[in-house]
Amino acid sequence: MAEGIVTLTSATFDEVVQSSSTPILVDFWAEWCAPCKAIAPVLADIAVEQVGHLAIAKLNVDDHGDIAQRFGVMSIPTLLVFDKGELQKTLVGALGKGRLLQELSEFLPSSH
Amino acid sequence: MSTARNVIIIGSGPAGLTAAIYTARASLAPLVIEGELSSTSDQPGGQLMLTTEVENFPGFPTGIMGPELMTNFRDQAERFGTEFITDKVTRVDFSARPFRVWIRDTEYTANSIIVSTGAQSLMLGLPEEESLIGHGLSTCATCDGFFFRNQEIAVVGGGDSAIEEATFLTKFASKVYLVVRRDAFRASRIMQDRALANEKIEIVWNSQITALHGETHLTGATLVDTITKESRPLDVTGVFVAIGHRPNTDLFKGILHMEDSGYLITKPGSSYTDIPGVFACGDVQDHTYRQAITAAGSGCMAAIDCERWLEAEHD
Repeated sequence: MAEGIVTLTSATFDEVVQSSSTPILVDFWAEWCAPCKAIAPVLADIAVEQVGHLAIAKLNVDDHGDIAQRFGVMSIPTLLVFDKGELQKTLVGALGKGRLLQELSEFLPSSH
Repeated sequence: MSTARNVIIIGSGPAGLTAAIYTARASLAPLVIEGELSSTSDQPGGQLMLTTEVENFPGFPTGIMGPELMTNFRDQAERFGTEFITDKVTRVDFSARPFRVWIRDTEYTANSIIVSTGAQSLMLGLPEEESLIGHGLSTCATCDGFFFRNQEIAVVGGGDSAIEEATFLTKFASKVYLVVRRDAFRASRIMQDRALANEKIEIVWNSQITALHGETHLTGATLVDTITKESRPLDVTGVFVAIGHRPNTDLFKGILHMEDSGYLITKPGSSYTDIPGVFACGDVQDHTYRQAITAAGSGCMAAIDCERWLEAEHD
């Protein structure tokens, strides 16, 4: 597991998402999903670069399907961003780093 | 013009990566601009990134997974010194040499170009698609099949890809309607037999999906019989589309000679486009064969054409 990325389970999901001091992005993924694997290094980069601004977490839908079902996830990768425990943004499908950072800009400090 | 590279390869499916292996081994130090991550087939590695088992690529007697095959291609290209940029070309200028290629504001120059941008899946073109994609409407059976366990779903299309998807999805779904526009398949015989033999697949001939229903997620679709024009509801929670492809050539409109359908035109028996020094290979210029092995073969042709052309220019 990449540095700075939290692995969530059905048991820990609520507590981690509710108690996160920054917005938290949860990556719903699975081993058999090629686009999920493709975005893993992008998320690992962002986790390191945005320490203190945006937390990154992963949830394996194979093992914790109940959480996926709760949020109506029907396609992976799906990225959900929570702030103060509330769902703020849903991104479905793999994105390159540039476009992903654009989509996440409201949660990140402005670059200028 | 000493800063221009020898060759830039645009696209990284079997054609582009084979061209990279060959040009790298010819010491041309290729740069591959491999595309941008996405959940459609328009992504680094191309269409095979969304497939499961590839059974017809020679050299793999027991089959190989599509993404694994493409990772192998890429590793092999990298081994000989190919440079990669994971992004999408936004503009090209082939009107003068060196040729110029941009990724947003960054310019790259090269004395030759190999175009291997491939093709991407066509969608149904229905207005509801945008809101339902990822919520029951899918472009990636291998990514999303899992979410349709014990549900009834539809696959649209009559070619090899449609049958491959339908067969794969029977691992999860309780029933798969295979919606075919005509009264026959376009698919190869072995795939047709596979569809007909699968008890979970029901083939709906002469039919088209004309509407998708559901607010937050797909709750059903409307089917129209292409002969009687009668419509009826189709009670499915998932729709997977495999009705064909269109070439990724928007970037080259008005620049490279192409057919009305958008496929690039190459000189028969070669990879030459109408601009000397610009070569094309793979599905972007092939609407006939469209196989991983033919794409790889034409990528090899492009690399050899390119190497010889550069040598002749140098003399």
